[in-house]
Amino acid sequence: MSDYFLEVKNLTKHFPLNNDLISRLGGKTRTLKAVDDISFFIKPGETLGLVGESGCGKSTTARLITRLIEPSSGSIYLKDDDLLSLPPERMLDVRKTVQLVFQDPYSSLNPRKTIMQILSRPLEVHNLAKGWTAKRRHVLHLLRLVGLGVEHADRYPHEFSGGQRQRIAIARALAVSPQLIIGDEPVSALDVSIQAQILNLFRELQQEFNLTYLFIAHDLSVIRHISDRVAVMYVGKIVETGTVETIFENPKHPYTHALLMAVPHADPLKPPPRLTLQGELATPVDPPPGCRLYGRCPIATDICGEVSPELIGRGGEHYVACHNI
Amino acid sequence: MADPVLQIEDLGVRFHLKRGRLTAVDQVSLTVNRSETFGLVGESGSGKTVTARAVMRLVPIPPGEIFQGRVLFDGENVLDKSDAEMRELRGRKIAMVFQEPMSALNPVFTVGNQISDALRTNLGMSKREAKERVIELLNLVGIPSPESRYGNYVHEFSGGMRQRVMLAMALSCNPSFLIADEPTTALDVTIQATILELIQSMTERFHMSLIFITHNLGVVAHTCDTIGVMYASHLVELGTKNEIFANPLHPYTQGLLNSIPRLDTQAKFLTPIKGLVCNMLEPPQGCKFNPRCEHAMDICSQEVPPLKEVAPGHFVACHLHP
Ligand SMILES: Nc1ncnc2c1ncn2[C@@H]1O[C@H](COP(=O)(O)OP(=O)(O)OP(=O)(O)O)[C@@H](O)[C@H]1O
Ligand SMILES: Nc1ncnc2c1ncn2[C@@H]1O[C@H](COP(=O)(O)OP(=O)(O)OP(=O)(O)O)[C@@H](O)[C@H]1O
Ligand code: SF4
Ligand code: SF4
Ligand SMILES: [Mg+2]
Ligand SMILES: [Mg+2]
Repeated sequence: MSDYFLEVKNLTKHFPLNNDLISRLGGKTRTLKAVDDISFFIKPGETLGLVGESGCGKSTTARLITRLIEPSSGSIYLKDDDLLSLPPERMLDVRKTVQLVFQDPYSSLNPRKTIMQILSRPLEVHNLAKGWTAKRRHVLHLLRLVGLGVEHADRYPHEFSGGQRQRIAIARALAVSPQLIIGDEPVSALDVSIQAQILNLFRELQQEFNLTYLFIAHDLSVIRHISDRVAVMYVGKIVETGTVETIFENPKHPYTHALLMAVPHADPLKPPPRLTLQGELATPVDPPPGCRLYGRCPIATDICGEVSPELIGRGGEHYVACHNI
Repeated sequence: MADPVLQIEDLGVRFHLKRGRLTAVDQVSLTVNRSETFGLVGESGSGKTVTARAVMRLVPIPPGEIFQGRVLFDGENVLDKSDAEMRELRGRKIAMVFQEPMSALNPVFTVGNQISDALRTNLGMSKREAKERVIELLNLVGIPSPESRYGNYVHEFSGGMRQRVMLAMALSCNPSFLIADEPTTALDVTIQATILELIQSMTERFHMSLIFITHNLGVVAHTCDTIGVMYASHLVELGTKNEIFANPLHPYTQGLLNSIPRLDTQAKFLTPIKGLVCNMLEPPQGCKFNPRCEHAMDICSQEVPPLKEVAPGHFVACHLHP
């Protein structure tokens, strides 16, 4: 038996860019390395928080794990199952075990279906409630769980505000009693009073059902609150991972430092957010060899432009990918 | 001296739906001065976006209806303008960064062509000028390798990049007034810091006024001059940033500030505001916050508290502060 609920090894997703003018003129295909050789694990009942720059590959990672897209290489183990070589008939089970709450509540809900229909659908697919009364009871229970009421059941997604739609998406994920929930920015669209309720809800559900979470967020205070361990990603790579205390109180990687400096404190008297990194954003399109932070990093040396640093253990569960730490 | 650019007076917007009438914005009055950044925060569904859309005259009518009030932009009521005058105003003076980038960007045209079309229509640029300007704008908002991204479609961009494309599009015509609806919600903090810096430098450089809609109180704390707090279609508190943070008076504002997760410690559970989101089709009588309010009194379920000035420049709508 694996000690891990989820283990990802050398996971890679490259997108060939055929459409753009430069590759057509030059007659060569450029490659967008969205996720480039990442490895991490999540223990049962644990929450791993995934943070990182916009476009660094967090959603791609989520989509790979839920098999919405196929990886270029690497492996994904769910307990002892190798997800990439699982027979199709077992995939329905896995689909039930792993649920994704999407980043964008606007495009993930079918505009022509009522909330009742949207939430009944997974119950039907997985045969969890038979008959109209049972389904309706289940759906109303789900709505209550996410802080909505009976009066919302027969309305359509466009009649809801952004925050309300995200609650519906969370209810849909909860419908099939999953074991691993991957939240791709599940609270980013919510206002704070509701965000606090939903974060508490995630906690309560985790305690009650021993759920395992992969929680993607760009808000570091949310990551700090919800995570047991944190993985920090930058342009397709994981640069640092460790317990939540280590990452927030003793960060080692220059990018993690930069992240923490850039957070706006909800207190006008605290110093304003500052960006400690220089220069242009690194690009995932045919990235040069070496560390992805090279060129922006304040402590870079020559080797950083040539060799990509490996994620190396620094004691405990702390791993850092940097030549100069 | 205060130099008002936008004055919203007693604005009311409602939607006529099959299930009844939904009042999304009610008795909202606020003023934004030249070069001022006004932060609009509040409950989800409280009417922030609809308020912004009313200013842009982008409320869908029907089912929507602007049933009362005036929206004065540079002294002229935009609600009286013709559609042609409105298009002109939107192209040149007021721009909006939308909350849902996917619905504002066209999936069948490349991102570059969409922005350059806007430039050619609104500013009469040549094809080449427009393309150069677009690449400059994409670079300005931090899109890496803008030349090769010019020909990409929306779906080839990540969520955060789409927001930056939206900002590039909004800034393309050098507007004097920008409405940014959750422009940094999908962004991580280092990009957010750059975008906030970018928006701030734009407001300073072009004396641009800004309405900044966000649920991130951290962002408001470091960018806005004035803050308006909305709850269930009403503006419930209004004041300078420092006043709102140091001395919040409305129980909803207080609850909001208390429910933020902290960066310096990890609490097992947060202190959210209790209760359900307000059902806008059947809102409670009196103060709309009363079913969730710990200080609710008899009068709270009978009378809507009016917005009153309780200290110079600090307004609150609550029966605790008559
Ligand atoms: N189908 C696709 N074709 C080409 N490129 C893609 C595709 N999907 C994603 N990408 C690219 O892969 C990279 C990673 O995207 P991803 O959506 O995983 O980022 P993210 O970390 O979730 O960002 P954000 O925080 O902005 O949501 C980006 O550069 C994106 O443009
Ligand atoms: N086109 C529409 N048809 C019907 N109702 C609508 C429409 N647009 C908005 N509403 C309703 O108007 C109210 C205010 O919505 P609005 O989008 O302004 O909220 P918001 O404050 O921007 O919330 P969020 O923070 O979640 O974006 C909500 O109750 C919403 O359901
Ligand atoms: S490897 Fe070099 S460039 Fe990369 S983070 Fe470390 S010091 Fe900076
Ligand atoms: S008016 Fe009453 S219910 Fe409303 S916020 Fe004030 S005390 Fe609470
Ligand atoms: Mg994403
Ligand atoms: Mg909105």
